[in-house]
Formats: sequence, structure tokens, C-alpha cells
Amino acid sequence: MQPFQYVRPASTLDVLASLRSAAGGGQRPDTAFLAGGTTLMDLMKLGVMQPARLIDLTALANDHGRIRLGSKHLLLGAFAKMADAAAHPDVRKHYPVVAQSLSLAASAQLRNMASLGGNVLQRTRCAYFRDPSWAACNKRTPGSGCAAAAGANRQHAVLGTSEQCIAAYPGDFAQALLALDASVSLLGPKGPRTLLFRELHRLPQDTPHRETRLQEGEIITGFLLPVAPWTHRSLYVKIRDRQSYEFAVASAAVALDLDGLRVRQARIALGGVASVPWRADEAEDLLRGKILDAGLAAQAARLAFSKAVAQSHNAFKIRVGQAAVVRALMQAARMEVDHG
Amino acid sequence: MAETRLQQHGLVSVHGAPRYEAREKVTGAASYASDVRLARTAHAYLLTSKIGRGVIQSFDLASATAVAGVLEILTYENVGDAIRQMPMLFEGGYLADSFRPLGSAQVAYWGQPIAMVVAETYEGAREAAARIVVAYQARTEAPSAGFESPGVNTLALAPLNVDAGDFDAAYAKAPVTLDAHYSTPVQHHNAMELYATQCIWSGEQLTVYEPSQYVNNLKYGLAQQLGIDAEQIRVINPYVGGAFGAKGFLTQRTALVAVAARRLGRPVKLVATREQGFSVSAYRAETRHHLQLAADRNGKLLAHRHEAWELTSRADTFALAGNSLTLRLYACPNISGRVHAVQADRSTPGFMRAPGEVPYGYALESAMDELAYALDMDPIELRRVNDTQVDPVEGRPYTSRSLMRCFDEAAKAFGWHHRNPVPGTLRDGDWLIGQGCATAYYPSHMGNAAARVRLSANGLAHVSSASQELGQGMYSMMAQVVADELGIPVQQVRVSLGDTDLPPAVVTGGSAATASVAPAIMAACSAIRRRLEVAQGEQVMAAMQRSGLGAVEEFAEVRVPGTPADSLKGLYRGMALPTGGIQLPDRVQFAFGAQFVEVRVHALTREIRVSRAVGAFAAGRIIQPRMAHGQLVGGMVWGIGSALHEHTEVDARNAGYINANLADYLLPVNADIPDIQAIMVAEEDTKVNAAGVKGVGEIGVVGMAAAIANAVFHATGKRLRSLPLRIEDLTEET
Repeated sequence: MQPFQYVRPASTLDVLASLRSAAGGGQRPDTAFLAGGTTLMDLMKLGVMQPARLIDLTALANDHGRIRLGSKHLLLGAFAKMADAAAHPDVRKHYPVVAQSLSLAASAQLRNMASLGGNVLQRTRCAYFRDPSWAACNKRTPGSGCAAAAGANRQHAVLGTSEQCIAAYPGDFAQALLALDASVSLLGPKGPRTLLFRELHRLPQDTPHRETRLQEGEIITGFLLPVAPWTHRSLYVKIRDRQSYEFAVASAAVALDLDGLRVRQARIALGGVASVPWRADEAEDLLRGKILDAGLAAQAARLAFSKAVAQSHNAFKIRVGQAAVVRALMQAARMEVDHG
Repeated sequence: MAETRLQQHGLVSVHGAPRYEAREKVTGAASYASDVRLARTAHAYLLTSKIGRGVIQSFDLASATAVAGVLEILTYENVGDAIRQMPMLFEGGYLADSFRPLGSAQVAYWGQPIAMVVAETYEGAREAAARIVVAYQARTEAPSAGFESPGVNTLALAPLNVDAGDFDAAYAKAPVTLDAHYSTPVQHHNAMELYATQCIWSGEQLTVYEPSQYVNNLKYGLAQQLGIDAEQIRVINPYVGGAFGAKGFLTQRTALVAVAARRLGRPVKLVATREQGFSVSAYRAETRHHLQLAADRNGKLLAHRHEAWELTSRADTFALAGNSLTLRLYACPNISGRVHAVQADRSTPGFMRAPGEVPYGYALESAMDELAYALDMDPIELRRVNDTQVDPVEGRPYTSRSLMRCFDEAAKAFGWHHRNPVPGTLRDGDWLIGQGCATAYYPSHMGNAAARVRLSANGLAHVSSASQELGQGMYSMMAQVVADELGIPVQQVRVSLGDTDLPPAVVTGGSAATASVAPAIMAACSAIRRRLEVAQGEQVMAAMQRSGLGAVEEFAEVRVPGTPADSLKGLYRGMALPTGGIQLPDRVQFAFGAQFVEVRVHALTREIRVSRAVGAFAAGRIIQPRMAHGQLVGGMVWGIGSALHEHTEVDARNAGYINANLADYLLPVNADIPDIQAIMVAEEDTKVNAAGVKGVGEIGVVGMAAAIANAVFHATGKRLRSLPLRIEDLTEET
């Protein structure tokens, strides 16, 4: 085991001091933050991440672990466990897509450990990223190349990729947040700030190792999901190779506000198929104001993937992704919705 | 009452004592090989090759040696002649492969052990292994990773040819023919228990703790490798946490741990990681099949040809030649079988639950379904018109064969007669539903075995045999045989197994353990009855009291009927292998089953899920129905995974496995497994062996992949001929 330093600040104040030290003066890019540990521990064991220092953020769990429905927002504390958020009555009733995206993810054991904040920062499952014996990985070692491009890339992305990286964003919850126009609360050395969730993740482009817009020493403390008419008619469709405990081949988070069958507002986010949580804006625009039927849904699905670029082993993802969008839209349209 | 009704219908109910070692297992008291705690244990960690083929130029060990607590680093440079080159199993040896452990600078495959670090702690050994710098001599061309790679070497295995009649002539003029290609992927066993070995020397005596399907194979094979007397070695292995063929024969790690323990003068423990498990033991190699069937209009087979290709290593020609069995399953006058071994830069494959039966059976039983559609015939009826009681190649009789009874029982339980055979006609909302069936078969094997039984005046019995408990129920079966033979409650029988100090027994493989060990126990019990002069109708315990003896103990060894007397010698040098099936001069012997599956395929997104499965099996006498039932259900679960999930991916650039972990190598989870019904059809077979047992360890998996593929065709109208069956196989190009 690579030796590392483990720090567990006792209070929020101490955490703030740690954040400052993580960012400040000495520049400590080899610091990692520990919440549920379900991604970090894996990657440390694999030798992919070798932080010299771990800052355990448990002290923040009290202040930032709550789930509360207000008049304008649903607040999800970043330190709430996936399992608790998935089971929360307000989440299940008013934000079914959120509950579903969480309960369809990982395994029961992982959902009991993993925090919401850590979940959205989960790193890719690209086999070449996760195995340092493959030298070429621009995400792991900038400038080293991409072993996946000419390798086994069935699991990889078809949207948002670059020459430098074709890894897929693996999570589920992020698609729900993205579809519902969530914002994310951050805490850093300079204090708190808020970011639209859709701005959190960065496209790989030429810098696939920079996955988010978090600044050094900055952590996620919570998510704010607006109260909106479309949150009730929302769901998550996840297509995968086995029925549970598996990442999506393709997934779709969908939220609809309907007037009869006419679409007032549609929200679509795609998972399993893109480099980052992927919002299908053009497909949403197409749907707005029209009568939703299978034909229109298929048209929207095609538009959602119109810029998709298949890798050598995953052309089917474009077809499955489109089918997931159609399935999600039609299922959402059929939902019995109680706005109570 | 339910039991009586089942008996009237010729079925065996699921009854029997609870698992013998259930309490130990659920409480964690069962001590597996890596659980054994030895004082002053040093911990080993393997370093495996990350290239597919080449030569090691040098090791830089400086940084590794500097890690605190490092005691020893074994490489080819310092192991030297401590481990001898010995032949593999198929060449008359003991070894799973013929690679000498750390034998040279040559790297023959990705994942080959190239060094072993021993340190005071596991963490230290792992850290040091990571710090070893290996310089490889570069090769310009990539290694040959698989069938499609340049540089593979294809060998026609002519001795394995099967020929009867004139296939070409019959096929050419037949009214209905089918010609199709099928393929199966690389698969790995992934038992829950990892590949662990602990070695401790006491003077010249070596004790080995290692999960094994054959403790005496380890003992005698390791003695050869180390150049010592086998009597210096004892192997202890009371529980195995899943083996499935991968723990059958001696692999490279054992000798390395033994050598390290001797050099350090202290116990050494190695637990290979999950990823290393993909290359340090056996696997199911990929296969390709070309099937040609011809039939008359009534479905009677006129010609049957099965040509296959199996991947193997360059060092060892490992081929399963499962068509030697499948070509004998149905009556047919014109038969042709060919097998090719394709050598690539990979580790030597091995046995994996129903090794030849799964890939070859998948191909034939898919083809039979295709033929049934070509004939517009019910697939059960196609099997019925081609059912036979004699082997169509040599005309030897089957000892018993209840295939059609299995089809009839399973079809009834499944509700097959309601099925509309037209593909795509069954639907539940957005889900397409399909139903399919296939034959399951497995050759009935037996090997030589010995057992000792001791009966005490207090009514307790103790049975011992160096067989192995893999989770299949060996303890329970052995206890049950003694209870039945001596007429005492099963709770009063103590069982010892998994220890080379006990009477030797056959390898626990080939579904042969019960058929081999039960007759030995029965023979020992008979000897006890004889010694006690048990009168007609008298209880053994009454005779025991009458005798005034404190205890009576008998040893018995049983030889496979029809084999030469000196074959028993192999039993005493770790060479007892199962025989039977089609290998006997006067008969062929198989267990049979019929498997029915219902699948659901989403109309839009095309994922495949199994929603129901029914199997009926006739396997001779069932000694412990509860354990046998568990084996059959477990086999069917495996079959679902084997058809839909399991697939080791090979990267052509280094011939390495890129999903060598339990997150990315998919096995079915609970949510993938529906209600599974395994029906045991009563069958009496007096010819197969003294116990009338055919074995149930593997047959449950055999028909599942074809039944699932056939059901997918019924659901979608699309015939899938390559495993695993995945979403992309059903998404149409637009």
C-alpha cells in the first residue's frame, strides 16, 4: 500500500482550514477528499489515484446531510447517503426520477455507503483508465494517449467525446439532477458559492483529466432542485446487461409537463452514452408544444443522438440510447401523476 | 403425502437432511485454506506479466527490496532448478499446464507469474511487487490473442475424428438441411473463494493448505516438482469455496509458495487477487462450431456433422472435443466430427463446469431448434423421433436413457403445449415473450476410490475418504450413504474428507464424486455387516450390541468395473481420474435432462431477461435429494449467466483480459434469476455403477444456453448464434 496521510477534521471550521491548506500556498494537488469512499478506495487500491493526503469530510455530514423540501426547492445535502435519498418520501413522491436514478444505481451495500456529492463525482469505468498497466490514458496521465480508442470500447461514450478521451460518465443520479435544472452548492477556501449543475462537469476536449469546474480545495455541500410542474411526471429508464448492480449501457432521465398529450415542457438527460451527464436540449425543443406520440418521441430520440459518434464496438449504443429515450418519454406520458 | 404423489408419478421429492456443514458455513466456523492461521506467517504477492509475449531482459528490484518487511523476491533468476519441469495432465503428469513456475525469462502469455514477493505483511508484499521494474525485450508483432489474430497455429486433431456412414453423400441428397455457425466466449470460473495456498515445513515434512478438487493430485504432483518423496507432503482442504473445475489440478503457484516457505523457514501464505485469478488457473476458452444437420420430412436425422475449433495455449494442446458426445446423442446413420486446436499466446485453458458439454451442447441444441423450425415441427417431437437407446456411432447400448420422460415432465410443468410456435406472437405490454427448450446431457463417470468406516458401540459412525467438499454436498452424501447402509440416523455419522492422510479417492470432477465414493463407502459398510454377521432382517446396531465389540472399522477400495486391476495403483499416486460416458467398451452411460426457458425481451430497448425456467433430469439414483436439487438449480443459474452475462474480454494488443474483476465480468445477480424449478425424474440404472448413481454436478448448466437462445428466437424471430446474447445482438441497424 502506498503510504498516505489521513486527516479527519473534527468540525466544519477545521474542515474549512483543511480546504484552505488543500488549495493554498503549498499547492497540494495530491490531496483527495473522502466521503463515502466507494469510488476513491477502489481507485486507490488499483493504483489509479495515489493521493498523499486524504481529508475525511465526515464532520460535514451533520450540516450537509439533510433532505428537505421547501416551497421553492428540494434540498439534497451532499452528505446524504444514496439509500436515504432514494427512500425519502418527499423525493419519491415529488421527484420520482431522482429516487429511481438512485435506487437503480450500484448495489444496496454501496448505496448505504455512498454520498450524493461523491456520487456525481464518480469517475469513469473505462477499463484502461482503471488499469495503470495501460500507459496511455489522457485522463490518468495527461498527454499519454488513449488506449481505449483502439481497444475494447463497447462501454464507452458516443456523445461529447474528443480525440483525447472517449470514456463514458458512469453515474445515474447526475442525469436526474441535470434534467431537473438543479444547482449545486459548493464550499471552498473562499467560502460558499453556487453553480448550475449543468456547469459542473467539463467536456473532455483536450483536458480529459479536468473533469469538473470545482476549484482546488472546493467540495460539494448540496443540491438544489427547483419545485417545478414537470418533476412529478418524471422517471429514469436504465438499460443494462443485467438487472441490477450494473452500469447503464444507456439511460434516460425524463421529466414532462403535459397539457393532455401536448408537451408544455420536456426535460431529457442521457446517461451511459456520453462523456458527461448529457442534456438533450434540441430534443426538448422539438417536443415543446407538440402532441407526444411514438412518432414524435422517435424523432426527438434521433435528434438527441444526431451528433453521436460511434466507437469501434459501440454503434449499438446509439440505437439503444434512442430506444431508451422513446421508452422513457412514452412511459412518462402514461404515468399516473398526483401533484398533491 | 406430496411425496407419495410424486413417487406415483416417478419423481423424486426434494427431501433429505440439512447440509452436513451448514452450521459451520453460516456461522463462519468453516475454515477455508486462507483462514488457517499459522504462527509467523509471511505473506506472498504475485507479480504477473503485463505483456502478451516476449522476454524479460532484467528486473530492477532495488525499490521493491527497500519496502519495509520484504523477505524474499522469487524470480526465474533465483528459483533456478528448485522446481522441475514436469508434464501436464494430458501428457501423463499432474499439472494444469506445462509452464515451469518462474522457469525462464520467456513470457508466454499475459498474466503469467513472473515474480513472487514475500514480506512480513500482505500490504508490504503488494507494495513491493508494484515497485518491481521489469524490462521486457520488445517484440515487433502483437501476440496472437484469439481466433482472428495473425500468427495463430491451427492443429487438426485427427485422433478425435468421429465418423459413421457417409455424411457427404447423405447430406447432399437430404430433403431438409441446416448449416450454421455458432461461437462461445472466454469465460472464467470466478468462485467466491480466491486461489489461495499456504505452505508450512516442519523439518522435511510439508503441509499444504489449498482449495483443491483433488488433494492427492497436489500431493503427488508437488512432490515431483520439488523432487521429494510424496510421503513428505500432506494436503489439507476440508472446505472449498467453489471450484467448478478451476481447482482440479496443480497450478504454478503451489510450488512457488512451497519453495519460499522452505527458503524462509517459516509458513508462507499466498492469496492471488481476483484479477490474477483470471490467469493463474484454468478458464473456458472460446470455441467456434460449424453444424450441418440433414433430416427427412418426418424429422428423422439423416446426417450430422459437427466441426469445431477450440483455443489453446502454445505450450499445451488442450481440447475438449465435446462433439464426441453430441454426435452420439441422437439416432443418425451418417456422422462426421472434426476438432481443431488453435494455438495462441494465452494461458492453458482448463475444465469449467460441463467443459465440453456447454459449448458443444449449445451449438447442437440451437441447431436442433433451427431444424425443428425448418421442418415446421415441435422441437420436443424432433427429439422424440430421434431418440435412441444405442450410441449411433458404435452401436453400444445406453445403460439407461430417460430423455423423453424428462421432456414430458418438464413440458407439463412448464405448460409447453399452450405455446404458439410462431415467433413474435407472445407479448406482455412492451415485453416480447419467448419460450424455448433444449436437451441437457452429461456423461456418467466413475473413478477409483477408497473409504474407511468405523462404527462404535454407542451408535456413532465415522466415515473418511480423501474426497472434497466443493459446496456440492459431499459431506451430506457421505453421511447419508453410511446412515442408509448401517441403518443409523444420519445425525450420528461424522465425516472426514479433504486430507491426503485419509483413504484416497478420485478427483472431484466430471460429476463423478458420488458415483465413485458412494460405492467405496457401501463396500466398507458391507464389510462391517459381514464382520458383525448381521442376520437377515437384523438391525446392524443390534448385531453390534450382540458382538460385544467396542468398535468395528473397515476399509474398502472400489475399482471402476471393467478396468484392469492395476488401475488401482493410480489411486495411490494421485492419478485417479474419472472414466465412463463413451469411454467404455460395452456401453455408453449418460444422465439426461430437458430444460425449458421463458425469456422477456423489451420491444424497444431489447434487453433480454429470463422470466421462468424448468428443468427435469434423470440421473439414476439420487442419494441426497436436497443436495442434488441444489446442484441442479445452481447449474441452471449458472446457465443463465453463461448465456447472457459471462464473457471475458480480450484486448488484441496484449492478449490480456480487460474485465478481470467482479464488477466488469458480469455474473447474474439475484434480480436476474427467476423462479427456477428442477424436477428429479426417478430412474433406476443397474449397469452404470454399483451405486446406480449418474451424477448431477454439471448437467444443470448444459441445456440452458440453447434453451435461452431458442426462446429469444421465439420472442423476436432473430436467431442468435454467438454467446453471450446481448442487447446489441437484437438492435437493428437503421
